[in-house]
Amino acid sequence: MSDTLARPMRFGSNSGQPLTRRDGIAKVTGAATFAGDNSPEGLLHAVFVPATIARGHVTYLDVESAERHPGVTCVLTPQNRPPLQGDPSAKPTMFSFRIEVLQDDTVRYAGQPIALVVGETLEAATEGARLLSPRYEVEPVRTSLDDNEAFGFEPAGFGLPAGAEHGDVEAGHAASAKSVDVTYETAAQYHNAMETHAVVASWDGDRLTLDMPSQALMMSCAGYANFFGIPPENVTLSSPYLGGGFGSKAFVTGPQVLAILAARMAGRPVKLMLTRQQMFGPVGHRGATRQRLRLGIDENAELTVIDHEGLAETSTFDDFVEPAANASQGLYAARALRSTHRAVRLDIGTPGPMRAPGEASGSAALECAIDELAELAGIDPLECRLRNYAETEPGTGRPYSSKALRECYSQGAARFGWADRPLEPRQVRDENGLLTGWGMGTAFFPAPMFAAEATATLRPDGTALVETSAADMGQGAWTALAQIAADSLGLPMDKLEFRAGHSSLPDGGIAGGSGHTATAGGALHAAGTDVVQQLGQIAAADPASPLHGAGNGRFVARESRIYLEGDDTRSEAFADIMARTGSAEITGSGSASRPPEDAERHAMSSHGAVFAEVKVDPELGQMRVTRLVGAFAAGRIINPRLAESQLMGGMIWGISFALHEEAKFDHRSGRIVNADFAGYHVPVNADVQGLEVITVHEDDPFVNALGIKGVGEIGVTGTVGAIGNAIRHATGRRIRRFPIRVEDLLAG
Amino acid sequence: MKSFDLIRPATVQEAIAAWEPGASWLGGGTNLVDLMKTGALEPGKLIDLGRLAVLRDVETLPDGSMRIGALVSNADLADNPEILRRYPMVSEALLSGASGQLRNMATVAGNLMQRTRCAYFQDPYAACNRRAPGTGCDAREGENANLAVLGWSDACIATNPSDFCVPLSALDAVVEVAGPSGEREIAIGDFHLLPGDTPERETALQPGELIVALRLPAASSGFAANARYLKVRERTSFAFAIASCAAALRMEGGRIAEARFALGALAAKPWRVSEAEALLAGQAPDAALFERAANAALAGATASGDNAWKIELGRRTAARALAMAAAGTPQRMPALPASVFAAQAGEPAHV
Repeated sequence: MSDTLARPMRFGSNSGQPLTRRDGIAKVTGAATFAGDNSPEGLLHAVFVPATIARGHVTYLDVESAERHPGVTCVLTPQNRPPLQGDPSAKPTMFSFRIEVLQDDTVRYAGQPIALVVGETLEAATEGARLLSPRYEVEPVRTSLDDNEAFGFEPAGFGLPAGAEHGDVEAGHAASAKSVDVTYETAAQYHNAMETHAVVASWDGDRLTLDMPSQALMMSCAGYANFFGIPPENVTLSSPYLGGGFGSKAFVTGPQVLAILAARMAGRPVKLMLTRQQMFGPVGHRGATRQRLRLGIDENAELTVIDHEGLAETSTFDDFVEPAANASQGLYAARALRSTHRAVRLDIGTPGPMRAPGEASGSAALECAIDELAELAGIDPLECRLRNYAETEPGTGRPYSSKALRECYSQGAARFGWADRPLEPRQVRDENGLLTGWGMGTAFFPAPMFAAEATATLRPDGTALVETSAADMGQGAWTALAQIAADSLGLPMDKLEFRAGHSSLPDGGIAGGSGHTATAGGALHAAGTDVVQQLGQIAAADPASPLHGAGNGRFVARESRIYLEGDDTRSEAFADIMARTGSAEITGSGSASRPPEDAERHAMSSHGAVFAEVKVDPELGQMRVTRLVGAFAAGRIINPRLAESQLMGGMIWGISFALHEEAKFDHRSGRIVNADFAGYHVPVNADVQGLEVITVHEDDPFVNALGIKGVGEIGVTGTVGAIGNAIRHATGRRIRRFPIRVEDLLAG
Repeated sequence: MKSFDLIRPATVQEAIAAWEPGASWLGGGTNLVDLMKTGALEPGKLIDLGRLAVLRDVETLPDGSMRIGALVSNADLADNPEILRRYPMVSEALLSGASGQLRNMATVAGNLMQRTRCAYFQDPYAACNRRAPGTGCDAREGENANLAVLGWSDACIATNPSDFCVPLSALDAVVEVAGPSGEREIAIGDFHLLPGDTPERETALQPGELIVALRLPAASSGFAANARYLKVRERTSFAFAIASCAAALRMEGGRIAEARFALGALAAKPWRVSEAEALLAGQAPDAALFERAANAALAGATASGDNAWKIELGRRTAARALAMAAAGTPQRMPALPASVFAAQAGEPAHV
C-alpha cells in the first residue's frame, strides 16, 4: 500500500490517511481501459455529422455518396431513423435534457447531430460523414445575450432556479450610505474532459451492454432504457474509469442514443467517440451570464442590501438557466437580500451544470462587487467580509451545521501574508518591474446529499467485499470510498476488495454536486456497520465468545476485531468468531440520504477563502497568477491528498475562468470559432504557480453520519473573484468581464 | 478525411518528380494533418519527405554562414550549440512556440510553410479568400480581435503565426528551394507574401518547388550579444503570439552600430521596416529612442476589425524587445523563453 502520514487519525485507521489513488498506476501505465478502449468482436464505428449552421433546416444530404463509400454500412438520417420508444423532445426525468436524435430536419444549434454514419472502420465512417455534404435553409441566428428578449420564469427545480428574497430590499437600498451598481459578464465555457464522451454499445436480444463514462450509472441506465423501451435492469453499464466529467457525463446525450440505436439496427457492437470539436454543442456547457449587482453598505461597511440579478443564456428548446444569482444567498449577512434570474433563448446547445454551476459564475461577480464596496468604504477587503460575516444563514436565520469560515480567512491570510497588502491599487512592483496585486474571495458551496446504496460482505478468510456503483471521475472516489468502507468494517485496506463503476452493483448515486463521497460513503459506512452488528450478534449468542451475552449492546470493529462499544475489554477477532460458529459469508447492506428534517434544521455548506497574487506586465498587459492560497473548511476530510488535489483542481479551474476559458461565437453563423484546444484555452502548467491548499478542521455532527461536506466544486468559487480583485489591485483597472484579456488592460 | 495518396520518395529528385497540382509536401505534419482532419485542406497526394536524410543536416559553410536542412526539427535546431551561440534569438523564438512534443515533430520548412490561425481559414464552412479564392472573407466582420493591423487587404486580414520566421526575417535568412526548373534562393523577406488581391498566394514558392534548406548569413551572427525574442501571448506558454518582436543590435562602444528588428503576429508576414532600423543606427540605447523606432515600425498600421489594440501592443512590444536586446543576451536561455515573465533580474534560469 502507499505511503502514510504520521498524523493523528481522527476516524478509524484508514480515513484521514493521504493514500495515493488505488487506480493511479493502472492509469499512468495505460492498463486502465476507458470506454473507448473497448473493441469487442465485430465492432462497427459511428460518426455523427454536426450541423454547420445554428438555425434552420437541412434540405439535402448526399446519402448516396456516403453509402457508396467503401466500408460504410449505414447512414442514419431523419428520413430512415427508426422510432424510439421514448420521446426525445420530452424530459423523462427532472434531471434530464431534451436531446437531438434526428427527430426532424430542424437545426437548433451549430454542432447538433444531423446524421449518423456507421462503418467498418472509423476512417470509413468519418469519410462517409464528410460525403453527406449537407445543404441548408438558413435562418438568422441568435447567439449573444443581446440577440433575443430576456424572460422571467416560474422556478421549477433543476434548470429553472428559484431566486430568493429576504428582508425589505427597497429599504436596504434606501438605507445604504454607499452603494455599487455594477454589471459583470462571464463567457460561455464548454466542459472539456480529457476523455471525450464515448460509448461502446452491444445488444443481446433486448439486453443492452454499454461501456460508457458515466457520473450517474443508474440514472443513465434508466435514461437509455427509456428510449429503447426496455426495463432499466436490462441495461448493463460499465464505467470503471472516467477521464473527467465536470457535470457533462451525468446525462443522456443524443449522440450516444444514436450509437446505441445503430448497434441495435446492425446487430453488432457500435463505438462512438466524440472528437474534441464535437464537444462544443450537444453535451452541455456553462452558459454565458450577465449579472447586475446592486449592493449597499452603511457607515460601518455592513451590508444593507445584496440585490443580485442574473441573466443567462439557454437554448430554444430546453431550459437550463445558470443559477448565478443564487451565489449571493447564504453567504454574507445583508439586512436584505434578493436574487433573481432571467434567461435569453439562443440558438445554442442547451447549457447544463458545469463544475460549481451557479456558484462559479455568481461568486466571480459577487466577490468582485464586494471588493468594489470595500474600496468605496476604504477598508481592507478581508475586513469588509468579516464585518459582514454571517453567524447564521442570512434571511432564514438557520444555524449552520458547521462553519469554520473565520478560521479559513485567518489561516489563509496568515499563510499568504495578506496583512502586508497596501490598501491602494497599483502600489507594488516586483524586482522585474511587474505590477503585483493581491486579491481575495470567499469560497462557498452547498453540501448536498443524494441517495445511494451499498453492500458489504465479510468472508471467512477475514477479507471483505464491498460494492456500490459509485463513479470515479478521476477525483479519487475509488480510493476515498474504499477508505470509508474499510473503516466501517474495521479492516486494513489490503483486506478489502472494493467494486464500483458497474450498474450491476447497488446504486451508488450520482458523482456530482460535491455530494458523492458523503452519499456513497454514507451507504458504504452503513453497510459495513450492518455487517459488524450482525457479526457481533453472532458472537453475543455464542457462549464461547468473550462477547457472549452482549447482544443488547452496539458493536464496533477495529483491526479485524469486534468490540463491545464502550468496553474495550470485551472483544474477539472476526476470524475466531466465524471459524467457531462456522459462519460462511456475512452480508450487510446500507443506504444513505439526508432526512428532510435534517436538511430543514441546518444550513449546510462548505466554506473557504482564496488569496491570489497576480503579476501584470505594466505596458504589455500579459497576466500571470503567481500565488494562490486557498483555505477550505469542508467537514471531515477522508483523504487529505485527494481532497487537496480536488481543491487545487478547482482553483486551477478558477484561473481558467478568470483568464482563459471562453467559447467565441461567430454571431452570423452561430458557430464557435475556437472549438479546439489550440483556440479554447485552459491553463497550462506554466500558468499554475505557488498553489497552496489548507484544509481547516471541521467536526460537523449534523451534515451526515460521516461529517463529510464535499470538496469537488468549492475550489472554483472564490478563486475567480480573487484573481479579478488581484488584477484590480495590481493595475488599478477594474475589469467586469471574464475572462480578463490583455486588450482589456491595454485599452483606454 | 478525404482519401489521398501517400508517396515516400527516397531522394529530393524523386520527391520533385512526384509533385503534381493538388499535392502537398509532408514534413512533421503538425499543421497540415490537423487541417486535413477538419477538412480545411484536402490534398489529393501527400509527398512524405521523412526519408530524405539529406535534409536533416545542420552545417557551417566555409563562408561562415549556417545551413539548416529543411527537415531539421524545431527542437533539434533550438538546442543546436552553434545556433545558440551565434543566433540565440532563433532558439528563443523556437522554444517559445508550441510544446515540447510539437517541437520534436515540427520541421524548419514546415514552420516557414505553416498556415494562418485565422479561425475562418481553419473552418472549411466559412468564406475565406485565402483557402478558397473568391469566396470572401468572413473574418472582416467576424471574430478578428487577433488578426492583422499591418499589410492586410480587403481580401484577407490573416496573420502569420510563426515565431521562428520573425528572427529569421531580422537576420536576413535565405531560403534554398529546388523545383522542376532547378534550384534557386529566396530572401526571407520575399518569401511570405502580403495578401493583396491574391491571398491564396502565401509564399514565393512556385508550383512544385520544395524548400531544401535555410541559410543564416555569417554577418548576422554579429548580433549574438544583443539579440532577444519577445512574445506576448494569452497564457504563459503553449499559445500563439498576439504580438512579438525579434530585436538584434550590434553594439560598438556603447552605441548601436546596426539594428535589426521584426514584428510577428501583426501581418501576413514578419514585419520589418528599414527606416525604423535606420533610426537606431549610431545612437546610444535609450527608451525614448526605442519608442521612436517602434512607432516608425508600426507606421501605417490600421485596425482590420476589433484589433486596434494590437497597434499599440505592437509598438510597446517592439520598444520592449529593443530594450531587452540592449540589455544583452542572457548567458543562458530563460526558463520561459521570450516571455515577459522570464526573470530579468537575478540569476539566469535554465531551459
